[in-house]
Amino acid sequence: MAERSFAKEVEKLKLGDGEVFTGEGILAITKALLQCGVGYVGGYQGAPISHLMDVLADAQEILGELGVHFEASASEATATAMLAASVHYPIRGAATFKSTVGTNVASDALANLASGGVTGGALIIVGEDYGEGSSIMQERSHAFAMKSQVWLLDPRPNLPSIVAAVEHGFELSEASNTPVMLQVRIRCCHVNGSFVTKDNVRPAMTVAEALENPRRDTRRIVLPPASFLHEKEKITKRLPAAIDYIRRHGLNETFGGNGKVGLIMQGGMYNGVIRALQRLGLADAYGETDVPLHVLNVTYPLVADDLVAFCADKEAVLVIEEGQPDYIEQALGAMLYKAGATVRLEGKGILPMAGEYTGDVMLAGIGSFLRKHAADLLAPEVRAPNMPAPPIFEDLAKTVPTRPPGFCVGCPERPIFAATKLAEQELGKHHIASDIGCHLFSIMPPFELGATTMGYGLGPASASAFNAPDAKRRSISFVGDGGFWHNGLTSSVGNAVFNKNDGVIVVVDNYYSAATGGQDILSSRASNRTKSTKHPITDALKGMGVKWIRHVERTYDVGVMRSTLKEALTTEERGPKVIVASSECMLNRQRREGPLHKQAIAEGKRMTKTKFGVDEDVCTGDHACMRLSGCPSLSVKQLDDPLRDDPVAAIDENCVGCGNCGEVADAAVLCPSFYQADVVSNPTAWDRFAFGLRRRVIRALQAWRERGRLVFEGVSA
Amino acid sequence: MRLGLAEGADTTRAIIKLAVLAVGGQGGGVLTNWITDLAQRCGWHVQSTSVAGVAQRTGATIYYVEMMRKDPARPDASPVLALSPAPGDVDILISAELAEAGRAVLRGFVTQDRTTLIASSHRMLAVSEKIVPGDGRADSEIVLKRAEEAARRFIHFDMESMARQAGSVVSASLFGALAGSGELPFPREAFEATISSGGRGAKASLVAFALAYDRTLAGPPPEAEQLPPAAPAVVGPAGLRDRWLALERRLEKLPEPVHEMAGHGLRKVVDFLDPAYGMEYLDRLETVAKADSSVHGYALTHEAAKYVANAMVYDDIIRVADLKTRSSRAERVRREVHLGKDQTLMTTEYFHPRMEEICGALPATLGAAIEARPALMKGLNRFVDRGRRIRTDGMLGFGMLWLVGGMRRWRRALLRHRVETAHLEAWLDLALSEAKADYDLGVEVLKCRRLIKGYSDTHARGQSKFDRVLGCLQMLRGRDDAAAWIARLREAALKDAEGAALDGAIMTVRSFADMPDGKAA
Repeated sequence: MAERSFAKEVEKLKLGDGEVFTGEGILAITKALLQCGVGYVGGYQGAPISHLMDVLADAQEILGELGVHFEASASEATATAMLAASVHYPIRGAATFKSTVGTNVASDALANLASGGVTGGALIIVGEDYGEGSSIMQERSHAFAMKSQVWLLDPRPNLPSIVAAVEHGFELSEASNTPVMLQVRIRCCHVNGSFVTKDNVRPAMTVAEALENPRRDTRRIVLPPASFLHEKEKITKRLPAAIDYIRRHGLNETFGGNGKVGLIMQGGMYNGVIRALQRLGLADAYGETDVPLHVLNVTYPLVADDLVAFCADKEAVLVIEEGQPDYIEQALGAMLYKAGATVRLEGKGILPMAGEYTGDVMLAGIGSFLRKHAADLLAPEVRAPNMPAPPIFEDLAKTVPTRPPGFCVGCPERPIFAATKLAEQELGKHHIASDIGCHLFSIMPPFELGATTMGYGLGPASASAFNAPDAKRRSISFVGDGGFWHNGLTSSVGNAVFNKNDGVIVVVDNYYSAATGGQDILSSRASNRTKSTKHPITDALKGMGVKWIRHVERTYDVGVMRSTLKEALTTEERGPKVIVASSECMLNRQRREGPLHKQAIAEGKRMTKTKFGVDEDVCTGDHACMRLSGCPSLSVKQLDDPLRDDPVAAIDENCVGCGNCGEVADAAVLCPSFYQADVVSNPTAWDRFAFGLRRRVIRALQAWRERGRLVFEGVSA
Repeated sequence: MRLGLAEGADTTRAIIKLAVLAVGGQGGGVLTNWITDLAQRCGWHVQSTSVAGVAQRTGATIYYVEMMRKDPARPDASPVLALSPAPGDVDILISAELAEAGRAVLRGFVTQDRTTLIASSHRMLAVSEKIVPGDGRADSEIVLKRAEEAARRFIHFDMESMARQAGSVVSASLFGALAGSGELPFPREAFEATISSGGRGAKASLVAFALAYDRTLAGPPPEAEQLPPAAPAVVGPAGLRDRWLALERRLEKLPEPVHEMAGHGLRKVVDFLDPAYGMEYLDRLETVAKADSSVHGYALTHEAAKYVANAMVYDDIIRVADLKTRSSRAERVRREVHLGKDQTLMTTEYFHPRMEEICGALPATLGAAIEARPALMKGLNRFVDRGRRIRTDGMLGFGMLWLVGGMRRWRRALLRHRVETAHLEAWLDLALSEAKADYDLGVEVLKCRRLIKGYSDTHARGQSKFDRVLGCLQMLRGRDDAAAWIARLREAALKDAEGAALDGAIMTVRSFADMPDGKAA
C-alpha cells in the first residue's frame, strides 16, 4: 500500500473518447499507455515516476478488464528484462523507472534488448531526476540511448505532447524494431495540465495468448553470429527506419519565422526557452514567436538533413541542451562541418555546461546570444539592459539556516542512528558505509554517520574491501529493506558471506520501500491483494548462509539497539554480523492507523494516544537530547524567566509518541526532563475509578505538602 | 543571485506567477492543489508543478503555479507557462515558515517591483539551530527586516498557531491570507468552495481560512500596553509568609538596579529550599553589593543576583522529584495534552539515576565515604545504574517521588549541597577578587556560571568547560581586554558540545599570552 491512495486518479484512467483528463503529467502517461493498447507494464518506483507505479497498482481492476499485465518489478533490470516479451510477440510493453540510477541498473537488460531488437513496441519511460529537487548524482540518460542505440524521446513539457510521445513511441519502436526511451523530467512528471482522452484499447495480443502460442527466432537472440548481424542491422535497417518515421510524422517541430538566427532545443527545454523569449518581448503569452525554433522531441537519433536544413539560411544558431556532455551540440557540429555549413554554432559557453537550465539561466543565455547575433530584434531597453544591482543581504544569508531533508517525526530509523552514535561514544569511530534510502539522512546533523553511498543495495558491498580480520575495528554498513530486496541480498549479503567478510551489516527494515513513497516489498507486513508479502528478511539471510543474525523488533528501544550493535562489533564470531532493525515507517503507520484510531474513538472504543513532553523547569537547556534526535517535533523555546539564558527543550503538537526522546534520555543518561503522557479516550469504568482514586490520593499529598511551604504562583522554579 | 533583465518588453504580464516555499510535511502540496483548483474553478488557464520524492522529507521544498485569464478571442489556445520560478519574476510568494521566507528573498524570488510576500511568521527550527548547546536560533528580526525591504508588499503573522486554534493546518490559514490579500482576482466564495470540495477536515480548514482572511484585512492588532508584570502572589502558612515579607524588606535595601533580578532569584532559592536559604542568598548579594558601586550601574551585583540564584538552585534528584510531584506540574501536563473531561491520563517519567546522584542525596560524610571507595561505588552502581520508568499517576510511583521531594528540608546535611556550596563560594570569591583589579573581568567570571548545566555527563562536560574558561584567567589577568576574552571564550564554549570551538579559542589566548603549553586544553 503506497503512501498516497490513487483511488480518484484510477477513475481518470477510465475516461473515453473526447473526454478531458486533468491531472499530473505522470498520470497522463499512464492513461496514454492504456490508450495505446499496452499489453504489460513493469517498473521500479522512485521519484519522479513513483506515481505511475502507484496508480497502476491501485488500478488492478481496470487492467484486468483490459487484459493488461502489471508488475511491480524487483528492480529496474527486472523491469527492462520483462520487455523481452516484445521480442518475438507483437505485444506492446512498457517499463518505467527513475533515471539515471535506474537506467544504470537496467543497462545490462537494455543492451541485450536493443541488440536483438523488438517486434512489439517496447517503451521505457525514464523519470529524469536532474536539477533542483533531485536526490541522485547528476548525469544524463542520453548516453544510454546512444550506446545501446535505442531511440530517445524528450517531448515538450505539456500533457498533449507527452501523450503524443507515448503513442509515437510505440509506433516508432515497431517501425524500427527498436526499444524507445521516453524521457520526462521531474517537473514535467508533476506538471498539472489536461488533454483530450481516447478509449482504452485491449492489447492486440495479450501475454496469455502469447504464452499459449510460443514463438522463437534464433536471429533475435544475442549470441554470435547473430550479435554481429544485430550491430549491422541497427545501422542498415533500424536507424533509417526510425529516421524515416520521425520525418514522416514530423516528431520534431519547427516554429517561428525565418530570421537569421535560430534556436535548437531539446523538447523538454521548450517552455523555458519560450519564457525567456516572452520576457525578452519576442514571444507572446501563447508562445507565438518570429524567432525560428527547432524543437527536438526526439533527441536521439538526430535527423541530420532536417538540422542542416534549419541552419542553412541562418547566421547563428544556439543549441539549448541541458546537462553534459553536450552530445547534441557535438553531433550537430560534426553534421554542419561535413555539410560545409558556415552558420555560427553556439551552445555551451553562452549557456553553462553543467547544471539545470532554470529560468534565469535561460534568460541570461538566450538574451546574450540574441544581443550578440541579432541585437536588432530586441527592444532598446532589453538590448542594453540596466540591471538593477542585486541587493546585498549578507546578514540574511548568514541567518537563514540550511534545511536539508531529514527523518520525519517519529521515524523508526532515528533511534537506530542514535544508538549507533552512542555505541561509537563507547567503542570509538568506525568506518560506516551508507546506502540509498531515507536512512541516508544519517550523514546529516545531528548524527553525521556514514562515509559513502555507492548505490541501491550496495551499502555492505561498498564496505567489502574493509575485511581485515587482524584490524582492531570492524566496518559497519547499512542497507534498507528496499535496497536489500532490490540487489542487496546477493550483491551485498551473499558477497559478504562468500568472502567471509567480518563486518557488521544493519538492515533497516521499515516494512516498505519508504523513500519512494511507501510501496510494498517482499518483507512488508501488510497483506497485499495482488502481491506476496510477509517474507521475513531474517529467513532470506539464513538462506544466504549468514550465521550471526540478530533481530531488533522495536528500533525505538535504543538501549537494546546499542547493545546489539556493541555485541556485533565485539563478538569473537567470524563472518558477517547482520542486525535486522525493524519498525514501521511512521509516515505510513500514521496514514494507516490515524483514521482507524479516530473511528475507534468515535465508536466509543477504549483508545490510548501517547505523546511526550518536557518539564521545562527540569530541563536545563543543554540540548544534548537534540544532538541524538533531530526530530522535527522536538524543538526549543525561550522561557519567560530572566534567570534563564538558553532556550529549553519543548515538544510540539506533532509528536506521535514514538518514544525516541525518552529512550535516548535514558540510554545516554541525559536528564529526567522527559515524560510520557498516555491519554485514554473512552476509558472503562475501572479506568475511571482507578484514575479518580489515584487522583484524589495524589491531590491530598500535594495539598498537604503545599500547605507547609511557600508557593509562588506562576514561577517556573 | 541574478535578477531579471529590464522587463520593458515582457509579454507575460497577463500571467500571475505564484511560488510556495514550505518545509516538507507542512502541506505545501495541499495548498498548491487548492490554488490550482481555485484557478480552474474560476475558468482560468493554470499550471502547477512541484518536486516530490524523498527531497521533501522535512527539507525545504518549493511549488510553483502560473495562471492566466482565458482570452475569449482564443478559446482553444493555451499559453506556454514555465515550470519553475525565476528570480525577479514572481508576483506572489507564499512561505509557510519564516526562515523559508528568508530563503525566498535570498533566491531572488521576492523583488521590490512586483512581489507580494505572504509568510507565516512562526519558526520551525532547523536541526542546525537546535543542536547548539547555547542558543543557536536564527534571528527572526533580520529575516523580517530584509523581507520587508525586499518585497513590494509583506503580509506576515503567525498563521501556524492561528490554524492550530481552528484545529487545522497552516496551509488553510495561508490560503486565507492569500484570499485576504486580494492579490488574486477571485472572490472569497471561490476560495471557500475549493476548500469545501476537499471533504475531510474542510470544516476546520474553513475556520482557519476565515481567521487568516480577516486578520489580513484588519492588519495587525494594536499593541497592548506593556504593564510591568506584578510580582507573583505568594501563598502559604502565615509564619512562612511573614518570613517572606522580611526577606522582601531586606531585598529593598539592595541597590535599586538589582531589585527585579534579585526578586526572581530570591523566589527561586526560597522555592528550592526555605526562607532561611533566601537569607543566605541575600547575605551573598549584600557582600557583592558592598564591593560594587553605582559607577558601574551595579552590573556585578546584577549578574550575581542572577547566577548566584542559579548556582544555589542546583539540579539534584530531590529538586526533580519535588518539581514532578507539584500540583502546578500536573495541571501543566493536563493542559499540554488537552485532557478532555471524559479522558484519563497516565504519565510516565524517564529516570536513569546513577550512584553519583544517590551519594549526593546521602548525608555528607556517608556519601563522601562511599565515593571515596571506587570498588564500592562500582558494586552499588550495578543495582542503581539503570533506566527507571516511574508512573507519576500511580500512587506507588508518585508516593516514592513525593517522599524524595520531601527530603528538601534536610538538604543542608547532604553531600551534594556541601559540594555545590563549596564550588559556589570558590567561584564567587574568585569573581570578587578579580573585580577588585578589573571590574568587568569580575562580571564576566560571574557570567561563566551559564556554562554549568545539564545532568550527569552533560553536567560534567559543562563543569569542565567552566573550569577551562576560568583556567585562562591567569593568562589574561592584567590585560585590558581580559574581560572581552573571557566573554569570547564563554561564547565559544557554547558553540558545540565537544568544546572544539573552545579549544580553538584557548589556543589563540595561549598564542598571544605566550605561555608554555599547560594542560588547560
